[in-house]
Amino acid sequence: MYDIIKHRRWYYIFSTLIIVPGILIMLYSILTIGTPFRLSIDFTGGTMWELRFSQPIAPGDMVEFFHSQGISDANVHTIGDENTLVIRTKQIGPDEKVNLMAAMEKQFGEKPEELQFRAVGPTVGKEVTRTAFIAVIMASLVILGFIIWAFRQVDHPVRYGVSAIVAMIHDVLVASAFFSLMGFIAGWEVDALFLTALLTVIGFSVQDTIVVFDRIRENSRRRKGESFEVIANRSLLETVQRSVATQINAMFVMIALLLFGGVTIRQFIATMFIGMISGTYSSIFIATPLLVSWNNGEGLFGWFHRGKKKQTKKTATA
Amino acid sequence: MQSRNNLILFILIILVAVATYIALPIDHPDWFKKLVAPHQKGPQALTLRLGLDLQGGTQIQLEPDLPAGQKATDEQLELARAIIERRVNGLGVSESLVQTGKDRIIVALPGVDDPDAAIETLRGTGQLEFVDLGKNPEGLGAGDKINTTNGPAEGATSDKTYPTIMTGDKLKNVDVRRDPNTQKPYIAFELTKEGSEIFGKYSGENIGNYLAIVMDKTILSAPVIRAKITDAGIIEGDFTLEEAQNLAIQMKYGALPVPLNVVDVRTVGPSLGEDSVKRSLLAGTIGVIVVLIFMFAFYHLPGFLADLALLSFVSFNIALYKIIPVVLTLPGIAGLLLTTGTAVDANILIFERMREELRAGRSLPSAIEAGFSRAWTSILDSNLSTILTGIILLYFGSNFGASVVQGFAITLIIGVLVSMFTAVFATRTFMRFIIQYFAESLKGKLSWFSV
Repeated sequence: MYDIIKHRRWYYIFSTLIIVPGILIMLYSILTIGTPFRLSIDFTGGTMWELRFSQPIAPGDMVEFFHSQGISDANVHTIGDENTLVIRTKQIGPDEKVNLMAAMEKQFGEKPEELQFRAVGPTVGKEVTRTAFIAVIMASLVILGFIIWAFRQVDHPVRYGVSAIVAMIHDVLVASAFFSLMGFIAGWEVDALFLTALLTVIGFSVQDTIVVFDRIRENSRRRKGESFEVIANRSLLETVQRSVATQINAMFVMIALLLFGGVTIRQFIATMFIGMISGTYSSIFIATPLLVSWNNGEGLFGWFHRGKKKQTKKTATA
Repeated sequence: MQSRNNLILFILIILVAVATYIALPIDHPDWFKKLVAPHQKGPQALTLRLGLDLQGGTQIQLEPDLPAGQKATDEQLELARAIIERRVNGLGVSESLVQTGKDRIIVALPGVDDPDAAIETLRGTGQLEFVDLGKNPEGLGAGDKINTTNGPAEGATSDKTYPTIMTGDKLKNVDVRRDPNTQKPYIAFELTKEGSEIFGKYSGENIGNYLAIVMDKTILSAPVIRAKITDAGIIEGDFTLEEAQNLAIQMKYGALPVPLNVVDVRTVGPSLGEDSVKRSLLAGTIGVIVVLIFMFAFYHLPGFLADLALLSFVSFNIALYKIIPVVLTLPGIAGLLLTTGTAVDANILIFERMREELRAGRSLPSAIEAGFSRAWTSILDSNLSTILTGIILLYFGSNFGASVVQGFAITLIIGVLVSMFTAVFATRTFMRFIIQYFAESLKGKLSWFSV
């Protein structure tokens, strides 16, 4: 039987090598722009205006136009082709927008087609940021509670819950670091959809972990003689084909969405894609090995066992 | 046991047929609509509703614009919502939606042609008019829309145009009082000096005629003039106290009980929406076809049965969207496609289990039953965790005022629930049927089960 569990230290090192640079990227981001990701107007408030003209318009001309209208913070770039512009600026009110549109028509000789317009007030943005935090924390707590409940008949259900949550945080960190990096490379911004992607990663990460843990639960009942390490390894091997098959299927769907699904949800799907790969990896190489390490009292986990070791010594001397 | 399975299979096939029929993009006969979706009315019944991001349109959030420290009461907000809803209906946008949430009024206008003009109409202060209905030959009453000499109405109940006597700016004060004898509530109003002159002359000449109090071209009330009214008058009617108060507030504030500020606008142009629909259809079709091929290539006969279950999964989902109804958004489509992954995952769990049991030397029928029963706890536990996430998303989305998050969460939850039905229950029924009738011919052909 191939021993996956044996090499657990290497997996810990590998994950550390991914996650530490990820955290560094987010720290660097905090130092330079104040937040771990570029925030979209959903959080900061402001306007995003996507317009399509019938001819190419230089972004610089549009910035100048906004300047002439008394709006100095406009940020303009093209999207897709040279005819389509995305303008980002402070929140524009309904009346102001009508005036801008009329002036634009005069300036550029045509009324552009409005593909998208989004204007968010600053109070809305603040509220969104707060709810977002609550949502992620709530999701983690509810899932932790659920796992402890689902494994209540096993020894140490809390270990299962905590290991699953550690694997989940692992996946959230990987997906977040990826997004933060893409913020530097391609200007990706966190919006409501990013949070949705993150929460979905949480859901599926735990789903993957539960499938393995479920097998451990079943095998511990059936194979009482075997050590926990052997049982855990056996359970991993028995479920690995399922994990891979499921992951391949999900990849097919997501690659189809990435290639053909349109620009609007591309960041959403890509984040989910990275998060789900991490989720499958962490369910095999992080969650279960952690359970074994904890059980054996290795490294930091020795701390959890100090009471017990003393006790066994006492009973031995008595 | 066997005949029971046949019966279940029979019911299942009928259910799939009905779901597929509902899912088809055709105009279903009226009796059918009434049968499967009695709670839906009008031409929109049993159609697939597309969100703003797919068909284009505007969503606006309005917030009471009050000095710091002051908050609008629930009654004020509800009244403002009712007034806005009336204006929205005046725009003639089908499927529009006006709701209050978290101290805000959220207005969704799918497919609206000129979003800027629509927003202007919503924000404008409503116009109150006093209109002469004469003897009211058409029997007009509260809720009817009329053209007045002050301007035409959209979708007026009557073709006629009625003369406006005066507008709401000539009202000085409006109050609700109770008749000391009957305790019936009535509305008392005072007029400005100019208003008194106009109204005194008109009411003196038209005793016995109907006077309509009209807000944004919609009749609020149409009492009969009993006496000449100069500087102050009363309106009696069969009001409850609440109705009288609402009417009074609407008369008093011209329109909105609190000034409203636009705090959030989201507009998607129709061409972008159309493009998104085309792309998601293409992506979805390709994704599902690849999964179908994969399942057959990997698991052979069971994979083929899982493919049938997956196709019925898609039908059931779309049928449910139409029945409930669920407004389908772009993230919603992503949710649907992701749950096809969940549906397939359940089948993979079962089939892997089945393979193990077959390799361990179990007979085919007992390996199949063991595969389903052993995989069930994993499927249930993992799906419950996804549903929990979905519920959190749903709650979070409603707080957010962000229909994008909700759209995803709803299709995710429905999809996971349906997947347990099709991937576990339906696939098992198919399998049992096959085993029952072809057990002999399948003997020794374990390769059909990819072993």
